[in-house]
Amino acid sequence: MTTIPPAQSGPSELGGGGALAAVLDRVERDEERGVSLWRGAFRRLRRNPSAIIGAAIMLAFVLVAVLAPLIAGYEPGRPIPSSGITPSSVPGPSPEHPWGLDSTGADLLTQIVFGARQSLVIGVISTAIGFVAGAALGLLAGGIGGTVDMLVMRVVDIMLSIPSLLLAVSVAAVLGQSRTSVMIAIGVAQVPIFARLLRGSLLQQRAADYVLASFSIGLRRRTVVMSHMLPNALGPIIVQATLTLATAIIEVAALSYLGLGDPNPSVAEWGRMLVKAQPRLDSDPHLALLPGTAIAVTAFGFTLFGEALREALDPKFRR
Amino acid sequence: MPSHDGALLEVRDLTVTFGGRGRRPFRAVDGVSFSVRPGEVVGLVGESGSGKSVTSLAVMGLLPRRGVEVGGSVRFEGRELLGLPPAALADMRGRDMAMVFQDPMTSLNPVVPIGTQVTEVLLRHTDAGRSQARDEAEQLLRRVGIPDPARRLSEYPHQLSGGMRQRALIAIALACRPRLLIADEPTTALDVTIQAQVLELLRQLVTETGTAMIMITHDLGVVAGLCDKVNVMYAGRVVESADRQEIFAAPRHRYTEGLLASIPRLDAPRGEPLRPIPGSPSDTVPWSQACAFAPRCPSADDECARPDLPLDTDVVRPGHLARCVHPVPVPSLTASEEPS
Repeated sequence: MTTIPPAQSGPSELGGGGALAAVLDRVERDEERGVSLWRGAFRRLRRNPSAIIGAAIMLAFVLVAVLAPLIAGYEPGRPIPSSGITPSSVPGPSPEHPWGLDSTGADLLTQIVFGARQSLVIGVISTAIGFVAGAALGLLAGGIGGTVDMLVMRVVDIMLSIPSLLLAVSVAAVLGQSRTSVMIAIGVAQVPIFARLLRGSLLQQRAADYVLASFSIGLRRRTVVMSHMLPNALGPIIVQATLTLATAIIEVAALSYLGLGDPNPSVAEWGRMLVKAQPRLDSDPHLALLPGTAIAVTAFGFTLFGEALREALDPKFRR
Repeated sequence: MPSHDGALLEVRDLTVTFGGRGRRPFRAVDGVSFSVRPGEVVGLVGESGSGKSVTSLAVMGLLPRRGVEVGGSVRFEGRELLGLPPAALADMRGRDMAMVFQDPMTSLNPVVPIGTQVTEVLLRHTDAGRSQARDEAEQLLRRVGIPDPARRLSEYPHQLSGGMRQRALIAIALACRPRLLIADEPTTALDVTIQAQVLELLRQLVTETGTAMIMITHDLGVVAGLCDKVNVMYAGRVVESADRQEIFAAPRHRYTEGLLASIPRLDAPRGEPLRPIPGSPSDTVPWSQACAFAPRCPSADDECARPDLPLDTDVVRPGHLARCVHPVPVPSLTASEEPS
């Protein structure tokens, strides 16, 4: 919003440009400013400690993922020569390797840092797949209604009746081992959640007065759905996307733990690190604990932020 | 029956029946007829549930298609609207006829700026381009009395007060200069002082543009200030129909009498109790068996148990229609008092 000098917009009956007029004008402006749906939500988020913590974790995770080569110092998945790994122990922390080496002789810190990158890329892309496909189906069902709604929702119900990890495993198994198939697998498993949520949210909007008012000025159904109902219905699925990112990060690890992840050994991945740590759980539990903690903390951060966002957007919590 | 020549809108025997699978059908509007001439303001008066809003939605073609049966005839400039394809009706809505709704707080889209909501009706029905529509929207907002309209265009509904929102909604409804405006209790959700402003605005705009208006209300004060003709509805039927002066000077139906008597009056002695109509609108009988108002009517007797009472021309007051067995006694009109 552009700022208009008080002299111009101040109420003229108060002797335009006077001190009182300026004060009144400023007060009015302050009251009006920044209370639109998203801006208001942002304001409430800033006051919510769990949103701050969640956002901080998310930010740290993204920074680590983006700046991985700068932080790590080694190439991921490459064993350090003469590492001194024995069947019963791995080298502990040293000045060159602050967290020591893993069972294949690679720098553990490097593996974790690059693992963040892997989780972020797969998590974001797979959630984007689920979001776009799910929103498209939900829009068809909730926007058109009738038979289309019935058909789409039955398909979604079928997808929903299969546990999401099982669905992801089946898709990954069919598509074969690759990064792309992991993304598609996790994305497909998310489609029904987004579809149902957007449809429900659209149905709720359909009964709103402004929708009837939009029809009363002759707007076509398409216009009413796309430019009036959809913007009002987006809130819940955007919140869901944040929460789903957390699940996606866990599922990336789960799929590679099950051996369905990227087969390339030079790619660091938290789930596979857990697999490799398993035989040495007794002697070197930190090999499993560190990537495990990374998964848990990241998922926790996204969940915290998602829940806070949901609260901030919920009309019941407003003002 | 008065002649309806030159009518802009003519509603004949309109019936609206709600009913889905398995549910008992409910007739919300039962044989309603009235007409609106160009430039005329016609009031539809009645309690909640009397069918006045459903009537207006049926005229606009805004009732859901599933589970609702609409019968009778609605003619706009001689063109039958019932049974028209939805696309043709949508072309007329906003251009030929428009509507102002009851609650300005919920009738504007909260996430879309005011400007967009005003321009979209212009973009839909006229050849105006975006910038042209925006200029016109600014003028419209100014015409309905919104100060600083250029700034308001980029604001969101929650930044406007209730009265301002109703003004914005009126601007949207009148944007394409429709010939018929339906106002569905446009002031019910507003403060009393704002009510008067909005009514005055409506009257001014309707007079300036020659737009005909159907004013739906339960407020007889609104009728007195605005309407040329009045149709009083009860339980889905018109029970009395007359000019404004006639209704106030000589109500014939017992329900209309009750409505008028229940208004507090400044000239009544202090301490005089208000006289509400006893019972509630749900105390009713089907019109097919008796007068639906009979259970609440002080003058009801066995004669009222006639099926399908007709809406008759009054014997003592010609030009006055009433659906009553025992009409309120009023002095008969002499030739000099004949309403214009």
